[in-house]
Amino acid sequence: MSTESPEAFKKHIRGYILVFVALMILTGMTVWVSSWKVGVPIAVAIALVIACTKGALVATVFMHLKSEKPIIFYCLVLTLILLLSVLLLPVATALLTMTNNAG
Amino acid sequence: MSELIPYIDRERPDTGLTNAKLGIWLFIASEIMLFGAFFSSYIFLRVGAPDWKTFAYGLTDPAAIHAPAAHDDHTDHATENASTADTPAKALATPTHISSPLHASIPMATINTIVLITSSITMVMAWASLVLKQLGRFRLYMSATILLGLLFLCIKYTEYSAKLAHGLTPGMSPLMGMYWVMTGLHVVHVIGGLVVNLYLLIPGSRMWKTNPEQFTGRIEVAGLYWHFVDLVWIFLFPTLYLL
Repeated sequence: MSTESPEAFKKHIRGYILVFVALMILTGMTVWVSSWKVGVPIAVAIALVIACTKGALVATVFMHLKSEKPIIFYCLVLTLILLLSVLLLPVATALLTMTNNAG
Repeated sequence: MSELIPYIDRERPDTGLTNAKLGIWLFIASEIMLFGAFFSSYIFLRVGAPDWKTFAYGLTDPAAIHAPAAHDDHTDHATENASTADTPAKALATPTHISSPLHASIPMATINTIVLITSSITMVMAWASLVLKQLGRFRLYMSATILLGLLFLCIKYTEYSAKLAHGLTPGMSPLMGMYWVMTGLHVVHVIGGLVVNLYLLIPGSRMWKTNPEQFTGRIEVAGLYWHFVDLVWIFLFPTLYLL
């Protein structure tokens, strides 16, 4: 990225500003949506979708992940698989407990 | 230095990256797992509690917490909940009337989200300024990033002080304990980032004269860490305060 001409690089700066505006709008949306009177699963789903969108914008544009080398993707994919396992473990445990209690 | 430790200012032929960049991404990967473990614990506590809002106050009976007042200050719940259980007029609340002990902090947490996102753009602009060979602009943007980071800490200090004054301590309940651990760990990361950024702004920027490529690389690596800290907050904010 740093080998580009200053004119070409300035396009990236415009992209950073656009992402910044998008992040601000999404932050406002997060607070607004949280005031909706919806069920917990829907509220969690909406909040997660917005948070993941914001996270993806920061990672791909601010952290330059969209133009990064494959080795970084391999590391991150492995990390995300492990992270998902850790996050789904409590949900699976709760479901198992509920099934056992019902039975 | 670059002869003693190779590939710190130029890319390795096998990875296509400088060692510093690969190193910071591996560090970020380990940090994802660290915060992931805490998120997992928090989900476990929330899913496992029959009524998590009551559980958050360290109580088992929802009637022990009275309905929130119009101004919805957590003082109403936290400091009076012990005495309201035996007051029939106040013990009419149902779990639907109980607000989370963290809901009163939403305005401060929202401002902190805006502050941290703004610091992310100033950080990336600091790096972009160096790529465009503008050291003066770099100093301006990096100073703004540091000031925004300090503002984040000041707001956090206000939030923590209010929590402690209202008795919402880490020992109050496992959920409040998780709130303190997760936000506290994030604050430690912000402080670490500020120390590095401050070093790079004042003594570290002398490297610009001797090795501008390596200095730009250092700012990029510091920026990656700072954006990660922002990324963690993006997930902490809805998880702890809004849901």
